[in-house]
Amino acid sequence: QVEQVKLLDRFSTSNKSLTGTLYLTATHLLFIDSSQRETWILHHHIAAVEKLPLTTSGCPLVIQCKNFRIVHFVVPRERDCHDIYNSLLQLSRTAKYEELYAFSYNPKQNESEQVKGWQLIDLAEEYKRMGVPNDYWQLSDANRDYKICETYPRELYVPRTASKPIIVGSSKFRSKGRFPVLSYYHKNKEAAICRCSQPLSGFSARCLEDEHMLQAISKANPSNRYMYVMDTRPKLNAMANRAAGKGYENEDNYSNIRFQFVGIENIHVMRSSLQKLLEVSGTRGLSVNDFLSGLENSGWLRHVKAVLDAAVFLAKAIAVESASVLVHCSDGWDRTSQVCSLGALLLDSYYRTIKGFMVLIEKDWISFGHKFSDRCCQLDGDPKEISPVFTQFLESVWNLTEQFPQAFEYNEAFLLQIHEHVHSCQFGNFLGNCQKEREELKLKEKTYSLWPFLLAEQKKYQNPLYNPDFSPELTLLEPNTVSFNFKFWRNMYHQFDRSMHPRQSMFSLIMNTSEQNKQLEEDIKELEAKIKQRNGQSDVVLVKEQEQTAHPAPVALKSPPCFQKEQPPMPVNDAVRTIEGSNTADNRYSELVSEFSKAEPAVVSLEYGVARMTC
Amino acid sequence: MEFAELIKTPRADNVVLHRPFHPAVEGTLCLTGHHLIFSSRRQDNAEELWLLHSNIDSIEKRFVGSLGTIVIKCKDLRIIQLDIPGMEECLNIASSIEALSTLDSVTLMYPFFYRPMFEVLEDGWSSFLLEQEFELLSSVTNEWRLSCVNKEFSVCPSYPPVVIVPKSVDDEALRKVAVFRHGGRFPVLSYYHKKNGMAMMRSSQPLTGTNGRRCKEDEKLINATLRSGRRGFVIDTRPLAVAQQARAKGGGFEQEVHYPQWRRIHKFIERFNILQESFIKLVEACNDQSHNMDRWLSKLEASNWLTHIKELLTAACLAAQCIDREGASVLVHGSEGTDSTLQVTSLAQIILDPRCRTIRGFEALVVREWLQAGHPFQQRCAQSAYSNSKQKWEAPVFLLFLECVWQIHRQFPCSFEFNEQFLIMLFEHAYASQFGTFLGNNEYERAKLKLPQKTMSLWSWVNRPEELSRFQNPLYEANSLVIWPSVAPQSLQLWEGVFLRWNRPSKFLEEAEEERINIIKYNKELQAKVNALRRQLAEMETDEEVQEE
Repeated sequence: QVEQVKLLDRFSTSNKSLTGTLYLTATHLLFIDSSQRETWILHHHIAAVEKLPLTTSGCPLVIQCKNFRIVHFVVPRERDCHDIYNSLLQLSRTAKYEELYAFSYNPKQNESEQVKGWQLIDLAEEYKRMGVPNDYWQLSDANRDYKICETYPRELYVPRTASKPIIVGSSKFRSKGRFPVLSYYHKNKEAAICRCSQPLSGFSARCLEDEHMLQAISKANPSNRYMYVMDTRPKLNAMANRAAGKGYENEDNYSNIRFQFVGIENIHVMRSSLQKLLEVSGTRGLSVNDFLSGLENSGWLRHVKAVLDAAVFLAKAIAVESASVLVHCSDGWDRTSQVCSLGALLLDSYYRTIKGFMVLIEKDWISFGHKFSDRCCQLDGDPKEISPVFTQFLESVWNLTEQFPQAFEYNEAFLLQIHEHVHSCQFGNFLGNCQKEREELKLKEKTYSLWPFLLAEQKKYQNPLYNPDFSPELTLLEPNTVSFNFKFWRNMYHQFDRSMHPRQSMFSLIMNTSEQNKQLEEDIKELEAKIKQRNGQSDVVLVKEQEQTAHPAPVALKSPPCFQKEQPPMPVNDAVRTIEGSNTADNRYSELVSEFSKAEPAVVSLEYGVARMTC
Repeated sequence: MEFAELIKTPRADNVVLHRPFHPAVEGTLCLTGHHLIFSSRRQDNAEELWLLHSNIDSIEKRFVGSLGTIVIKCKDLRIIQLDIPGMEECLNIASSIEALSTLDSVTLMYPFFYRPMFEVLEDGWSSFLLEQEFELLSSVTNEWRLSCVNKEFSVCPSYPPVVIVPKSVDDEALRKVAVFRHGGRFPVLSYYHKKNGMAMMRSSQPLTGTNGRRCKEDEKLINATLRSGRRGFVIDTRPLAVAQQARAKGGGFEQEVHYPQWRRIHKFIERFNILQESFIKLVEACNDQSHNMDRWLSKLEASNWLTHIKELLTAACLAAQCIDREGASVLVHGSEGTDSTLQVTSLAQIILDPRCRTIRGFEALVVREWLQAGHPFQQRCAQSAYSNSKQKWEAPVFLLFLECVWQIHRQFPCSFEFNEQFLIMLFEHAYASQFGTFLGNNEYERAKLKLPQKTMSLWSWVNRPEELSRFQNPLYEANSLVIWPSVAPQSLQLWEGVFLRWNRPSKFLEEAEEERINIIKYNKELQAKVNALRRQLAEMETDEEVQEE
């Protein structure tokens, strides 16, 4: 506990600050300012802590979080600052999974609730919904004991004609043993999305079993014998891999395939791209042109567009040509997950529902071994393994929700909340890198699943504009991917910088109104029933009861005992019509006047004024 | 002149109309004196397109064999293409359109011929008189007076006949001040902040010249707006260097020695051709669908459009801040005081004055701060983003103002009585209209053209209940506060409703907007119903009580 700590506004150029007390708990860093407002920061969310050079007012401490919050404290005494710094360094770096918050987090659920929570998303059920097993596809037990591929789930769906030797042979020819398996089956078109890793083809190697495997996939589609093989990497990268004995499919060796590169960059490019984006957007006194050129130089929107373009290509191959598609990148757990899941999202409206989206993440990301632990740096590990692949996926989905405001059951807050918890390590879902690892950690016994908690407060995540009839089941969503449709996701990257957001949120107003409408509908029913009752019998006893229930029904949308201590990013129960924090001090032109109004001599301050004005 | 002389081929059949995101339609093209009319009379899908010639910004023609193609680019940024069979017909039509869309006499414009099909409930020409404005003002302060010194437009040709000035300054002094200010635009009241009695004045630059000429009456006039012992701010919309250079041409700025109670702030706002170029570049960028991400972003950046928006909003916030937070009076001017000055004063009022965020109040603001204040609409809006003329007086000054309002609207979506469509409508009518409101460059010209007698006012049409309902913002709830927008680049957005309007399918966005409105409407219905039922129940209860007794 340190007192008299100042919290600075990240973007304000005046040195306005909040003074309060900083507390360090086992799991959180807590700051309580003089007006008792609390800022909670989970240790696991801390990406970096930095101690800046000592100033006259104290020792500045900058904390960067994985949810893009950046806080700037000034601690009066250097020793305290040093202590906090060291503690945070230790607390934010965890060496063992068992030390993560999820293992100590206790949401007061009993054991059966915990078990039921984990059963909420059932992937076998999901494959059944898609229409498999069927005449062409079956459940394979080849990986039952993770013998063929450690990073795949136990249960895999493959073409019926793919025998065990073919599977084994194919897996030996694929990087990390990730052989082609079913990711999504489109029952109307009878076409499939399959996924795998790159073949170990080098410059000339072949594998008959692998060729058979692909043939089996193309034969499992009675509507179109041709299948696409999408290599989601840039061609140059794929070619370079050949030198390392890896590579891509040679069209001559595989019958009936059309090979296609789609050019999504690798995790390292994405990591530095986001890094650049954040550097630019975090600049104080940023000019429009610096922002736009920074946005361009970061390449971030270009990458998001590339991901979405690939998904559109995939979805069209299925919906328009009824062709099956095999997707891979290098290892088949980053770009492949992005493209497969987004493709399915475009094809199947189920994934645009709240439950469906959870299923999609469980299937294409968690079960197929997207390395959440490495990518999100859950444990202290190799910084080169960190990459915002999943963030990029969420951003692609957000872009779709912007273009199709009525197609999604969930809203932006849902995407942000999921992003929050991918990094929070508060729930078991995203811990570890693959299913095998999760089983070894006994996550289902020792931790809780995130999904039931999200479902319990799904009111917050519902899109009030959602129209379930927007697109009938299995009609393709066709986004426009012209560059100008892609926007900077302010609510993600500046989620905690309140001064940048609209002071009145149309979104939460519509949310509240729509919620209130439901309440009013009920009130009407209740009132009508009472009137009816009254007409039937003039019973005086009822009067009292009415007095109690008939008081105006405000939208008492108090969020249920929040499972996270933080206020949700966009509080639903905000008094939306009031203008939050609308004062000039929040905005950057404010300092101009207040500063030179102090300066007295007219001649001097004139120049001062000019100098300030040009900035 | 007869329009018929210009129309050699009044009609062509089997013309094919192409518009982005619409299937091509075949039909008949007709030219009249003021319109290009395309109609397809296929039974399943009868369609008509009426386009004002004055809305046409540029046309291009090309031929493939005997099939001619005309590409028409409009001032509202729409681009259409017409395939016209027959080389002669096509050439005739193209030259007619070219001639009819570039008539040089104002009196040949459509507003002089337009006969409204609606009943005029209220004549818009007299809806917003400065006298009414003054009446409102006199109810809160008696420090100001209405001056008719410019009755004959002799003191300042670009000012209206009546202006509001400090009470302590007489007409004789005003005449002297007018001589000291560029174009005779002496300081007049633009806005009075009721909350603290501070005033915002606007004028043109003082004509100090190189020898530092001064004018005691000018000093007295603007000092009259100051409280004793308090200082005011002069916001000069030119950079200091430009203001200094202006002295060589007889212009200048208020020097500290002569205006000791005033602090001068130079807040540069870009002018004329730079803005027009920026506008042209932005529209070019938005119209090219083939741009990859990097190219799009660099084009957007190179246009500088959003930079202008940010600078303008910042200047307006600064002016508003001086008044509301610093409790100081403000004088705003640039060189002529007809462009950037008006942008700043009108935007500051949007921020400060809740009345300007209502439909009627916004209309009054446009009339007061733009039309009556002498913004030269006819020059500035002669051509839009597809113009090749590059005349130095063309500039999207008013459009920039509208966009800034839109940016603030985005940040305070519940604080405005009007919606985005209202702003887009004003943009369209400023560039091409059947109404006379935006014709002429100032009140003097409008009086000479007898616009109020000979043409219909835009406000006569807009303020009819049928039209108003299209422009109302369902989320509106009066908000009496000052609204401070964020000017961070991350908070500014491209105005898609104007710049991407014709470049992308908008069906889904429109449907979503409709759904939003439905939710609000339904809410109101439900609330009314609940209240009615409660009343009914309460009545039944009292009835019972009465019976019991």
